[in-house]
Amino acid sequence: MYEPARSAGPGGAKEQVRRLLAMLPYLLAHQGARVTDVARVFGITEKQLVADLGVLWFCGLPGMMPGDYIEVDMDTVEGEGVIHVSNADFLARPLRLSADEALGLLVALRVLRGTGRESERALIDRVITRLEDAAGQASGGMDKVAVRVDSWEDPQVGAVVREALDQGRRLHLRYWVPTRDETTDRDVDPMRLVLADGWTYLEGWCHRAEDVRLFRLDRVASAELLDEPAAPPPQARPRDLSAGLFQPSPDDALATLELDPQAAWVAEYYPCEEVTELRDGSLLVRLRVADPRWLRRLALRLGGTARVVEPAELAEAVREDAVRALAAYEST
Amino acid sequence: MAPRKSERLMNLVICLLVSRHFVPKAKLRQLVEDYREQAPEAFEKMFERDKEELRDLGIPIEVGSVTSGFDDEVGYRIRRSEFELPPLTFTAEEATVLGLAARVWQHASLAEATSRAVLKLGADGLDTDTTPLSALEPRLPAGEPAFEPIWRAVQTRTVVTFDYRRPGTTGPQHRTLEPWGILNWRGRWYAVGHDRDRQATRMFRLSRITGSVQLLGKPRAFTVPDGVDIRAEAARLSPATDQRGVARIRVREGAGNGLRRRAVSVTPDMPGWDVAEVTFHDAVALAEEIAGYASDAVALDPPDLRESVIRHLKGLLVEVAR
Repeated sequence: MYEPARSAGPGGAKEQVRRLLAMLPYLLAHQGARVTDVARVFGITEKQLVADLGVLWFCGLPGMMPGDYIEVDMDTVEGEGVIHVSNADFLARPLRLSADEALGLLVALRVLRGTGRESERALIDRVITRLEDAAGQASGGMDKVAVRVDSWEDPQVGAVVREALDQGRRLHLRYWVPTRDETTDRDVDPMRLVLADGWTYLEGWCHRAEDVRLFRLDRVASAELLDEPAAPPPQARPRDLSAGLFQPSPDDALATLELDPQAAWVAEYYPCEEVTELRDGSLLVRLRVADPRWLRRLALRLGGTARVVEPAELAEAVREDAVRALAAYEST
Repeated sequence: MAPRKSERLMNLVICLLVSRHFVPKAKLRQLVEDYREQAPEAFEKMFERDKEELRDLGIPIEVGSVTSGFDDEVGYRIRRSEFELPPLTFTAEEATVLGLAARVWQHASLAEATSRAVLKLGADGLDTDTTPLSALEPRLPAGEPAFEPIWRAVQTRTVVTFDYRRPGTTGPQHRTLEPWGILNWRGRWYAVGHDRDRQATRMFRLSRITGSVQLLGKPRAFTVPDGVDIRAEAARLSPATDQRGVARIRVREGAGNGLRRRAVSVTPDMPGWDVAEVTFHDAVALAEEIAGYASDAVALDPPDLRESVIRHLKGLLVEVAR
């Protein structure tokens, strides 16, 4: 008798059953689906998919007479890599949505609604209503989860940027760079808008930097649509933001800061290589610094609640900055 | 063992689903292969655990009584109308919206749950067009270790305890919270609820919870007061954003751009300098910002702001010297 591999995979039997109850209706509706496609759609390996099918092979109506089993054509699975399932009409519909599935999706839809265009709202609202009906009780917790999406950008800037993306046209931006305390002019070929850490960013090919850059929309002073089409070069790839927005480079210099409890937010806010708690409750953090001007400004803002320990020349620069700044108050 | 268990659970589901009547426990023992092979006591234990796991998956197992002979026996069934997702069809546009929604969560288990939901809804097939509707691709991260336990506690109404560190204080404090809701604002997650220690409504930033979140007692241990709106509570508990006053700041030409861009007015002053008028609500925060510009920005008015900046800068020199 055929004896397929049947391991349950990560999450054990419970996760496997959860998956099978969703997969069976899918396979019945997509007869002849390819193993590679189904594995991708369900986010599992092909090996796991074959093991899952092996489990189905042993499932069926009570009594378990030969005609009661779910039929999975293992020959075509192993041969052509396509899946045919039959004799499973009793599980043709998926299990209703769980609380996580319903709530997670509704929260996501609300984020889309909050960040999308005015013209898309009606469509998204329709999906939300239909989903709430379908989810029934599972969506009951919706009033307990809130996502606030505020847009702080200039609405005019937002409109011009979206128009440039729609029409595939180049933009001229006046953009504020806080680290350098500059407002710069640059031409940008827009690629996409992303929402990250609660801010909206335009990602695009910057002709000034000759590289892909992210522009926080609320820092764009003005945006102007140019006549040239947007033509990002082939090497312009969207950045993978799954690891967060600030991705320090290993080439950046390391700095050490000592933070009093009032300045502990720095360790939360910026990615640190190392955070050590000292006996008096202060923190010793090591972080990568791409531009020393950034750290200088940060140290000035933190004042007496933080100390630059290393590098020494940066600590000295901060001291000189403070002396010069104070001098202005003596003369006025 | 696990695959056998998966088969057992699947066969139990099918058995309870296809039966029109409550299936007595003894009958289940005959029908499901694994159960048949167990000693009575082991079967009882195994069946109890299986039932719990299926309920965890959201499968509604009903309990009822079956009359057999002279005795009433306990029986089980799954009502199909409660089990199945009602059939739905989505237009191509609606399916695209659902496909986009499935990509919003960056939290592993919620990303998985939402993708699965979209699959179940039949809105994501092999042929779904995932071209973004608008160019915006919002992402909702939830990297805080406290997120998952709080998210669950909110749904199950379970009391939680945790250590919480507020900036400006030394050492974490132990807190006990009835979590009413969870809120994302500016990319960070907050829990809102009744703080049992303070006997008041409080908001906690999840990233400031140190160590693990402990569940206290059983689910459904409290009720959220009627009419509580999580967003309104959060807004009430956030620091006020009313404008306290107008500051006059001298800024060097070409510098102090952060101040200039939100200034009410910028007027030329002595050569090489302008004066920017900026509204503010927190003099300390504004003093810190001005200090950040070093000698490129000088606070002129009001006097307490000016004092604040001087004190701030002096504090910096004392500390550097230490």
